[in-house]
Amino acid sequence: MKENEKTINASGKTDIERIRHILSENNGSLMRTWLSICSRCGLCAESCFYYLAEKDPKLSPAYKLKATLGEMYRQKGNVDHEFLKHCYEILWFKCTMCKRCSLFCPFGIDIAAMMAVARNVCCSQGVTPNELLEFTENCRKSGNHMGLPPEEIVDVCQWLEEEIEDEIKGVTIPIDKPDVKYMYTINPREVVFYPNDILDAAVIFSIAEESWTIPSFGWDCTNLPMFAGERDAAAQAVKNVYNQAIKIGAEKILITECGHAYRSLAFEGPYMAGYPEGKPPVEVVHYVELIHEYLVNGIISVDPAKKFKEPVTYQDPCNVGRNGGFWKEPRKIMEYIAHDFRDMIPSGEYNHCCGGGGGIMPMGPNYKPGRMEAGKIKARQIKETGAKIVISPCHNCYDQISDLGEKYNLGIEVLSIKEALRKMLVIPEKFKPVSLSP
Amino acid sequence: MYEFFSGPMLWIAFSFFLFGLAANIISTFTLSRSKDRIFYNHANAVWGIKSVLIWLLPLGSVSMRRQPFFTLIGFMFHISLITVPLFLNAHNILWDENFGISLWSIPDSISDILTIACILSGIFLMLRRAVKREVRILTEKRDYALIIITLLPFITGFLAYRQWGDYETILLLHIVTAEILLIIIPFTKLSHMIFFFFTRLFIGFEMGGRRGTKTW
Repeated sequence: MKENEKTINASGKTDIERIRHILSENNGSLMRTWLSICSRCGLCAESCFYYLAEKDPKLSPAYKLKATLGEMYRQKGNVDHEFLKHCYEILWFKCTMCKRCSLFCPFGIDIAAMMAVARNVCCSQGVTPNELLEFTENCRKSGNHMGLPPEEIVDVCQWLEEEIEDEIKGVTIPIDKPDVKYMYTINPREVVFYPNDILDAAVIFSIAEESWTIPSFGWDCTNLPMFAGERDAAAQAVKNVYNQAIKIGAEKILITECGHAYRSLAFEGPYMAGYPEGKPPVEVVHYVELIHEYLVNGIISVDPAKKFKEPVTYQDPCNVGRNGGFWKEPRKIMEYIAHDFRDMIPSGEYNHCCGGGGGIMPMGPNYKPGRMEAGKIKARQIKETGAKIVISPCHNCYDQISDLGEKYNLGIEVLSIKEALRKMLVIPEKFKPVSLSP
Repeated sequence: MYEFFSGPMLWIAFSFFLFGLAANIISTFTLSRSKDRIFYNHANAVWGIKSVLIWLLPLGSVSMRRQPFFTLIGFMFHISLITVPLFLNAHNILWDENFGISLWSIPDSISDILTIACILSGIFLMLRRAVKREVRILTEKRDYALIIITLLPFITGFLAYRQWGDYETILLLHIVTAEILLIIIPFTKLSHMIFFFFTRLFIGFEMGGRRGTKTW
């Protein structure tokens, strides 16, 4: 773990007052009760994929909590740098805050929420992955994680419109269009690495004749400061999106196929951004909800002859499934696109994290060995289904499962829902360019 | 000595138990009003009740179904722990003699079986702590101490009922250990007898009420 150490601040001194302040801010009745009643039954161990992968008792959620936040409270914040470095290894590399343990705890203790507080404490002392801090800095400077200027997204969208015009007629990517139904927000990876994702979505929305737009600012729905433990920057990230939607008069915020963005904007964001009722100021919709609605209502349709014949499985991203509430809708979507759908065991709200959540995937290749080790459970689950195609509406799951496929020779292709749909979408006559019509 | 522990000390113990729990509940409630809006914001009766009740049913949750033996022992432990002190015939006679009120009584033979079940399951829970690696690593000395303190009134009650050993001494020990247990409940993890409901309601609201996710 030497490479991790060099990425964290090693000044040695901790600001105890600051730590105490964070601990006291979070020391409500829930926190007190959780910390005081955990009866150490150990039932949470088998819920955690880190524990299952290595069977090390130190990886049980209750132990990880006890060794980090539990100790911070016990010491009343009087902890040294050495201790925080030890916490760092646990908080960022042995927990993705997937919340599966809360379903297995007899008291329903929200361990993930407590781990987030512990990350906040570490971060306040400069003990946080540098990679996540870089993203945070980008967010502060530019309002998006990659530090892209507003022209960039406009240029990419214009270029994509030109790319598709020979294939499908009338596909537009409206920028900053006021009073639309959906303000579509995306993952910056799409702009930089996967522009086809934007195009695939644009094709689907165009065929559905949807009222939508991508804003030139506030288009980045992701929130890595949330995983870094930088509460202020995390709050700013969600405010950028909320405020932009209010400004352009969008009815709803639509989120691309991304897990943590949904958790951030729909559930944690309102509290971070200071909406005390806990509800976002503009309704937040996840991509799978909308696609489900389109397919079920026949707004878009799929060519049955092009449905996947190979076995297909679906990876529930923790923040879309368990922490988002959508596992039935994507399975309905699978009925439209796959002849041979095979569910993983367990799945839905009980699904295991892929091992790329909680911010570790965007931290890059340095951490791949740990991800591959923790991803053993997911690799085994996929292998047992015999699936050749894995569909997942989350960029982190997508990248992690692609890596797992290579590492464990799973022989799989990973697709997002929009990629899969693009392969079999029925293009109505009026969208076909004249030259290609029969 | 017997008069003191079966008289004033019993009042003191009950006061600690009741007022301690009440103070605990009030301070938790007061603090929650200012710091835990999240608890109230997403309150949802159906999800809350389900989140509590299903965990009160043996094998109601996935987590319990994965560990059926531990679940069985855990339920045996808790059921006997609550039933015997409340419904033991001898206890109810005391209530009746002193206050003219009493609860239903269960036959002594059943109380006897439940007492044995309580002691054996308590011993099992201690052994499990010592043997299972993922539980042992979490366990501190006081976790054993709490189980022992919980079991002592049952062990002494069991001996007193059979009149094994010196009855007077055993009975005194029975009363004293029960008083210790009552006094510490509000101030230790044993307060989960009340707060179990609070934390289960919260996770029911948070996962079910907000997201439609089952927490069992």
